[in-house]
Amino acid sequence: MFDQLFQFLVTGITVGSIYALVGLGFALIYNASDVVNFAQGEFVMLGAMTAIALLAAGLPLPLAAIAATLITILVGLLLERFAIEPALGASVVTTIIITIGAAIFLRGVAMLLWGKDFHSLPAFSGDVPIRIGEATLLPQSLWVLGVTVALVALVRFFFSRTLVGKALLACSFNRTAAQLVGINVRMMLRLAYGLSAGLGALAGILVAPITFSSYEAGVMLGLKGFSAAIVGGIGNPMGAVAGGLLLGVLESLGAGLISSGYKDAIAFLFVLMVLFFEPTGLFGHKIAERV
Amino acid sequence: MRLIGFYIFAATVALLPILFPDNYFVTVVGISAGLHAILAVGLNLLMGYAGQISLGHAAFFGMGAYASGILTTRYAWPVPLAMFTGLAVAGLIAWLLARPILRLRGHYLAMATLGFGMIIHVIMVQATRWTGGPDGLTGIPHLNLFGWSVDNDLRWYGVIAVAMLIAIWLSLNLIDSRIGRALRAVHGSEFAAQMLGIDTGRAKTQVFVVSALFAAFAGSLFAHQQGFISPDSFSLTVSVELVTMVVLGGMASTFGAVCGAIALTLLHAGLVVFEDYEMLIHGALLMAVMIFMPQGLFVGLNQGIRRLWAAVQHQIHVG
Repeated sequence: MFDQLFQFLVTGITVGSIYALVGLGFALIYNASDVVNFAQGEFVMLGAMTAIALLAAGLPLPLAAIAATLITILVGLLLERFAIEPALGASVVTTIIITIGAAIFLRGVAMLLWGKDFHSLPAFSGDVPIRIGEATLLPQSLWVLGVTVALVALVRFFFSRTLVGKALLACSFNRTAAQLVGINVRMMLRLAYGLSAGLGALAGILVAPITFSSYEAGVMLGLKGFSAAIVGGIGNPMGAVAGGLLLGVLESLGAGLISSGYKDAIAFLFVLMVLFFEPTGLFGHKIAERV
Repeated sequence: MRLIGFYIFAATVALLPILFPDNYFVTVVGISAGLHAILAVGLNLLMGYAGQISLGHAAFFGMGAYASGILTTRYAWPVPLAMFTGLAVAGLIAWLLARPILRLRGHYLAMATLGFGMIIHVIMVQATRWTGGPDGLTGIPHLNLFGWSVDNDLRWYGVIAVAMLIAIWLSLNLIDSRIGRALRAVHGSEFAAQMLGIDTGRAKTQVFVVSALFAAFAGSLFAHQQGFISPDSFSLTVSVELVTMVVLGGMASTFGAVCGAIALTLLHAGLVVFEDYEMLIHGALLMAVMIFMPQGLFVGLNQGIRRLWAAVQHQIHVG
């Protein structure tokens, strides 16, 4: 029983790390612009699919991963420039539909480029599982955990120790005030899109050897990342990370102990319950309405 | 006078099958457009007037459809009773859900409604014993109105057209009622509405239930018309599509929602010829319309025509 629980926990933390990275991307963009980018999951898919395509084209894996991340960052910047900037200041519903439109568009492009089949990336350091008691751990899970920890630490460092990071944070508190003290708000917005596209792509590349990838792979990952960001209190980057891990572990426990078919329902039920009791997420700011 | 647009629309809907009796775009696409219009008009009450987003409206559509499907095929219930049960179930769930869910705002509300829609969809796929799972339910009987069997496209067009007109008429009247005014106040500022003595929680609950009932009714009609339902028809994509219809037409306008529903249905019927490019074009169009006409297609086109007209007049005067 203990081994089984440990196994669920390991799987949960691995998947949760991916949700955390996607959620972090949501939080970054939300901080810079109050926009929830529903194309975040497509960044994940693009990262994975581009890496797979580049590997098939003969590039070595590390180079393919880096190139795929850069390409996805470029896509993120283009998306910001041509779909988000022209609609700056539009209502919540309008921006949601624009980013959903972008997601459908990117999925359409991916389908044309790579078809509807599932593709996979070879694991970074082999498929021989590591045994811990009765439980097993894939080497790829260690990669996911390690890189996630490093990335989260980097984002933390970026926000708390660098001037650019603090400027981005300032934008999230009050955009007008940030502009008044000389922060280039538009540049910050581009930075946020670049960063979240990069984070998404890396998450996609990390998880591709475990889950396979297809043009539709970003949909569920994007929704789970959004859930992670919401559970953590949207706009709180570390909240999103915590939310992602929590969601991943609960989902894995639910799949193992209750029913694997219902695992997505369990995850969303958890999100609903959190919102019913904490309407602004577990670690969100309490908002007071201005009249 | 207030309903003049309604009468013109009703006359057009009635004339179409007389002018083009065997046209695919009138009967087959028209039926689908009519159902979408009922859904969009209902959702517009919630989104356009009360200002609450829902990314899970397909769930209520599905509840109506599955109630009809399950009760008629597995338990041989008469169609009207099954439809009524579907309405009751969807209304009850909406009522239970309304208070906790409509307390949320903005993206939190989007998340909660999306999550609700996903949960219902997972149940449709997984509860195979009842719903038939991913393969869905087949053999759902046709509607039978007092011995008049609705079994061909033209008859269905008539039934759905009448249902749609009733939905539009109800919506137009609801908006101009006391409840409608309360809702618009909530949209403007919930806090100010409370100060005026409006029970905002109750107003939002009422409109949520009404819009769920519209959706469930459309769902029942859909199930009996198609004779077959599967979870695909009630997925997140469909919820997003419905929101798009409302926004595309221009929020807070009943006819805007109807126009959005018709426009998107026609778009899908038209894009089928592009096969693999359908998704790409669909996404690009969605972005373009929202970027260039954020107030919606019909307000946008209206303004465009006016500007063009002004330019033409200007040219005439100058020339």
